[in-house]
Amino acid sequence: MPFTPPSVDDVIAAVAGRFGPLETSAFRGQTRLVVPAERSFEVLEFLKQRGFDLLIDVSCVDYLEYRDPPMQMPACAGSRYGLVYLLASTTTNQRLTVRVFADDPEPMVASVVPLWEAANWLEREVWDLFGIRFTGHPDLRRLVMPEEFTAHPLRKDYPLQGRGERHNFPVITRHES
Amino acid sequence: MAVSDLQLPENVVVSRLDALASWCRKNSLWPMPFATACCGIELMATGASKHDLARFGAEVFRFSPRQCDLMIVAGRVVMKMLPVLQRIWLQMHEPKWCISMGACASTGGVFDTYAVVQGIDRFIPVDMYVPGCPPRPEQLIQAIIDLQDKIQREGTITGREFDTAGRQARKRALVEITSPLTVDAARNPVLQRELAAQAGSLAGRS
Repeated sequence: MPFTPPSVDDVIAAVAGRFGPLETSAFRGQTRLVVPAERSFEVLEFLKQRGFDLLIDVSCVDYLEYRDPPMQMPACAGSRYGLVYLLASTTTNQRLTVRVFADDPEPMVASVVPLWEAANWLEREVWDLFGIRFTGHPDLRRLVMPEEFTAHPLRKDYPLQGRGERHNFPVITRHES
Repeated sequence: MAVSDLQLPENVVVSRLDALASWCRKNSLWPMPFATACCGIELMATGASKHDLARFGAEVFRFSPRQCDLMIVAGRVVMKMLPVLQRIWLQMHEPKWCISMGACASTGGVFDTYAVVQGIDRFIPVDMYVPGCPPRPEQLIQAIIDLQDKIQREGTITGREFDTAGRQARKRALVEITSPLTVDAARNPVLQRELAAQAGSLAGRS
């Protein structure tokens, strides 16, 4: 008898059975699952056990002054930041998007580095550019911006031309060099 | 007694020492290719056989700043790269010159964002600016020819021309908004050490 992998719907039903009903939506055959921030680690761990064993990407969206509030769902009402976890299953080749919402003033989400080593740099990048604090991350340093940088430049309230960071290096004159 | 009154053998030429040194220097520029973007491709084309920078004695690209006396900054410089650029500039031997190649190196170009330096001349001295996005190899060659003229015209064997106060006054960074959320230059230990060493050697020389 050939092996029939569980469908995404089955996995979502299993998640609902374990954690209660969660918001889902589908777009062009891809399923999106909205998880409350305080349970995100448990749900992602459960999804990993159920076959979604590959973490493709972790990214973030800043919905500050967004023209439509992000997805009219109770789980994310009014939240400013929407994290995106893209999961895939290497056995069934299915994909699943998990959304986790966080809000000011201290946006915090549990780190998934214990589940996927690949999340290490991905979460560092999100911390660097959006300032989302990943609790439990082993080494939450900046990834792309210089160490002494203090802002999170992909936030929508950060000015495009910066806050003068470009002009604080020493000036080398002919006389000094 | 005037020089023209000297009785010289046929194969002896009289010149000023400054002119002789400048003539040697201008015809053996060793470029340091600081190529960070598409201008670097044009820079490579300039060095390649079609445009043949060897005609002007400047074909010896070296990737060690210790062996170079002409820095060609080709491409945009981001703020994270600027300490590297400054350090390489400080490591080059004197006399040394700098060509800012292309719109991005000279002014930041279209990249007026928090991450990109708006003109390297705010932070290191620049002798020649090459406009263009990217400039044609001919333009870079013209800049090198102009730089050769400048070296011949202004050059001295002791490098006095690098010490003029007016030249320094033009090379000032813009003072912009001060904010608590800014990069602290004093926290860059490598550059501080370099500058301190340079200051010490200058003091010892004079």
